[in-house]
Amino acid sequence: MSAREEGGLHAPAHASHSSAGHGHPAEHTPVFTGDNRKKLDEILSRYPSKMAALLPALWIAQDEQGWVSEGAMAEIAGLLELTPAYVKGVVTFYTMYHQHPVGRHFIQVCTTSPCGVCGAEDVAKAFLKHTGCGELGVTSPDGKYTVIEVECLGACGFATPIMINDDFIESVTPERVPEILGTLK
Amino acid sequence: MGYPHKSHPRETPILSKHFGDPDARTLSGWRQRGGYRALEQALGTSPADIVNVVKESGLRGRGGAGFPTGMKWSFMKPGDGKPHYLCCNADESEPGTFKDREIMRWTPHALIEGCAIGAHAIGAETAYIYIRGEFTEPIRVMEEAVRDAYRDGILGKNAMGSGKRVDVHVHRGAGAYICGEETALMNSLEGRRGNPRIKPPFPAVAGLFGQPTTINNVETLTAVPHILTNGAAWYKAMSLSSPKSTGSKLFSVCGNIRKPGNYEITMGFPFKEFLYDLCGGPLPGRKFKAIIPGGSSVPIQTVEEAEATLMDYEGFVAQGTMLGSGGVIVFDDSQCMVKQIARLARFYAHESCAQCTQCREGTAWTTRILERIEHGEGTMEDLDTLLEIGDNMTGKTICVLSDSCATPVASGIKKWRNEFEAHIKQKRCPMRTAVAA
Ligand SMILES: Cc1cc2nc3c(=O)[nH]c(=O)nc-3n(C[C@H](O)[C@H](O)[C@H](O)COP(=O)(O)O)c2cc1C
Ligand code: FES
Repeated sequence: MSAREEGGLHAPAHASHSSAGHGHPAEHTPVFTGDNRKKLDEILSRYPSKMAALLPALWIAQDEQGWVSEGAMAEIAGLLELTPAYVKGVVTFYTMYHQHPVGRHFIQVCTTSPCGVCGAEDVAKAFLKHTGCGELGVTSPDGKYTVIEVECLGACGFATPIMINDDFIESVTPERVPEILGTLK
Repeated sequence: MGYPHKSHPRETPILSKHFGDPDARTLSGWRQRGGYRALEQALGTSPADIVNVVKESGLRGRGGAGFPTGMKWSFMKPGDGKPHYLCCNADESEPGTFKDREIMRWTPHALIEGCAIGAHAIGAETAYIYIRGEFTEPIRVMEEAVRDAYRDGILGKNAMGSGKRVDVHVHRGAGAYICGEETALMNSLEGRRGNPRIKPPFPAVAGLFGQPTTINNVETLTAVPHILTNGAAWYKAMSLSSPKSTGSKLFSVCGNIRKPGNYEITMGFPFKEFLYDLCGGPLPGRKFKAIIPGGSSVPIQTVEEAEATLMDYEGFVAQGTMLGSGGVIVFDDSQCMVKQIARLARFYAHESCAQCTQCREGTAWTTRILERIEHGEGTMEDLDTLLEIGDNMTGKTICVLSDSCATPVASGIKKWRNEFEAHIKQKRCPMRTAVAA
C-alpha cells in the first residue's frame, strides 16, 4: 500500500492515452549534450561521489523530456557509473519523477488533512471536471492535463496549494479553477 | 504571493523580522540589515568557542526532536583528519509545518549564514541544503542567493577573506516525506533510495559519504547568527518559562482558524492567547474541537488541554503532547474526527518507505480499518485492533514514521471514542445528514 510499492494509495500518474514508454524501447536522443552536459559537470564537482549527482541528473532529464524514459535512465547510468537497474530503483522510490509521459500541464493538488478541512477535495474535483480528465492520474484525451492528489505540499496555511508543473499556486478554491486553467496554453 | 499577516505586537520577530520584505532577499539588502557580520566574526573564532556559545544559549533542534544543538555539534571531533559535512534539513514535509519555506523564500542569506557558521563550528568545509522537490520557489531563491554569496567571496575557498573554505550547495529532493528523517536524507543525497539507516553508527561517526556529519533543521541554523551577535544570555533570557526551552520559535498555524500563517513567539507563550488573540480564534459561528500542536506526528489535544498549555518543549509534554515541528493544525466542530484521523493515517501509509514490516503493514492496516469505520462498516473490535496494531508499530522500527502514525490514532481513539462508537453503532458518519450518507 505504500507509494514505494506498486499500486500505492493514490492513483499513480500514467498516461493511458500515450504509447510512448511502452513496448519497444523508443529511440533515445541523448539528454546530456551541450548545456545539460556542462550543468551535470558542474554538479559533479560538488560531491565526492558520482552517484550523488543522480537525483540532480534525473531532474535535468525530466526537465528536458517531460518525464524520465528508460533511455534517459540508461544514459545517466552510463555517465555516473551505475547500472540502469539501480537508477530505476531510485527513480521508482521518489514520487516526483514521471516514469511515463504525463499531460503538458501536470496538476498536483494537496489533499492532506490541514488542506482537507479547508475544502481541498472540492478543489481536486473541480480540476478533474474542468480539465476533462475525469479521473485522478489519467491524462485528458487532448494530452493537455494530468491531475493527481498529493500529500502535504508544505504550505498548509495557504490552503489549498497546488502545483502546475513548476509553478506553485496558493489559496486555490473551486471557484478559481476555470480562471487558473484559462491562463495555461 | 506575500506574507499573510503583519507581525502581531505580541510576536517576537527575530527570524521572521524580514518576511514579506523583498529587499531582504538580495545580498546588498541583507548586508544593509546587518547580514554576514556574525559569519565574519565566527570565522575569526575557534569552533570550540562557537559550540560553547550555542550550548550556553540552550538552543534546541527545531526539526522535531528538540535535541540540544550545541551538544550535537560537540560530537564532531575536530582534527580527526576526515572530511566533515553539515546537512541542512529543508525537507519540510510534516503536515501542518510551513515555516522553513518562509525562511528560505524571504531570508535566503540568513540560512546561508547559519549554514556557513555551522559548518565552521563542526569542522566542515561543505554544507548541503536538502530542499524538498516541491519547493520550486524556495529552491530558486536559495540557488540565486548561493550564487551571489560565491560571487561576493562570502563562500568559496577563502570565505570572507578568512583563508577558510566554506562551500554551500543546494540539493533538490524528489518527493518523499521520509527524506526528512536524517539518515534517509543522507541516503537520498548520496543518490540512493531514501530508506532510513540503522543507528548506530550515528551520523557524527559515520554519516554522509561515510564521514562525520551533523544534520540540522533550517530554523535551527537560522537562529545561530542571532545568538552569536547578541550572546547566549540574550537568547536564554527570552524564555517566558522553563530554562530548558529558550529563544524564539516559529509556529505555523493552519486548518479551521481565522488567521492561518506563521507566528514567531518566545518560548513559554500561553497557547490560549496564541490561538485566540494572535490567530483570531475560530471561524465565525464555529468552535475549536481538536488541536495538533506540533505537526501531524504528535498526540492530538482537546481544546481544554490546548488552552492550559504553555508553548515550550516541557509545556506541551505536560499537556499530553509535544512541540514537535511547531505545526499547529486546528480542527473545528464541523469536522468528523474519524475522517480526519483516517486521512492522517493515509498520509503515513503513503509515505512509509516500506522497509520495516511493522510500518509498511501497520500504516496500511490502520488506514483500511479507519476508513472502514468512517464508512459505517466498522465493529467495536476494530477499535481494540487499532490500538493493538499501534502498539506493534511503536518503538519497533528503524525510524519513527511508524510511531508517528500510531500516535495521533491512539490519542484520537482515546479522546473522541464516542465519535468512533457512533460511526459503528449508526453504521454511518453521524455528522453527515442521513440523505447525504
Ligand atoms: C519521518 C521523519 C520525518 C522528518 N522530517 C523532518 C523535516 O522535514 N525537517 C526536519 O528538519 N526534520 C525532520 N525530521 C527530524 C530529523 O530526523 C532530525 O531530527 C532533524 O532534522 C535534526 O535537526 P535539528 O536538531 O536542528 O532539529 C524528521 C524525522 C522523521 C522521523
Ligand atoms: S496539508 Fe496541504 S500543504 Fe500541508
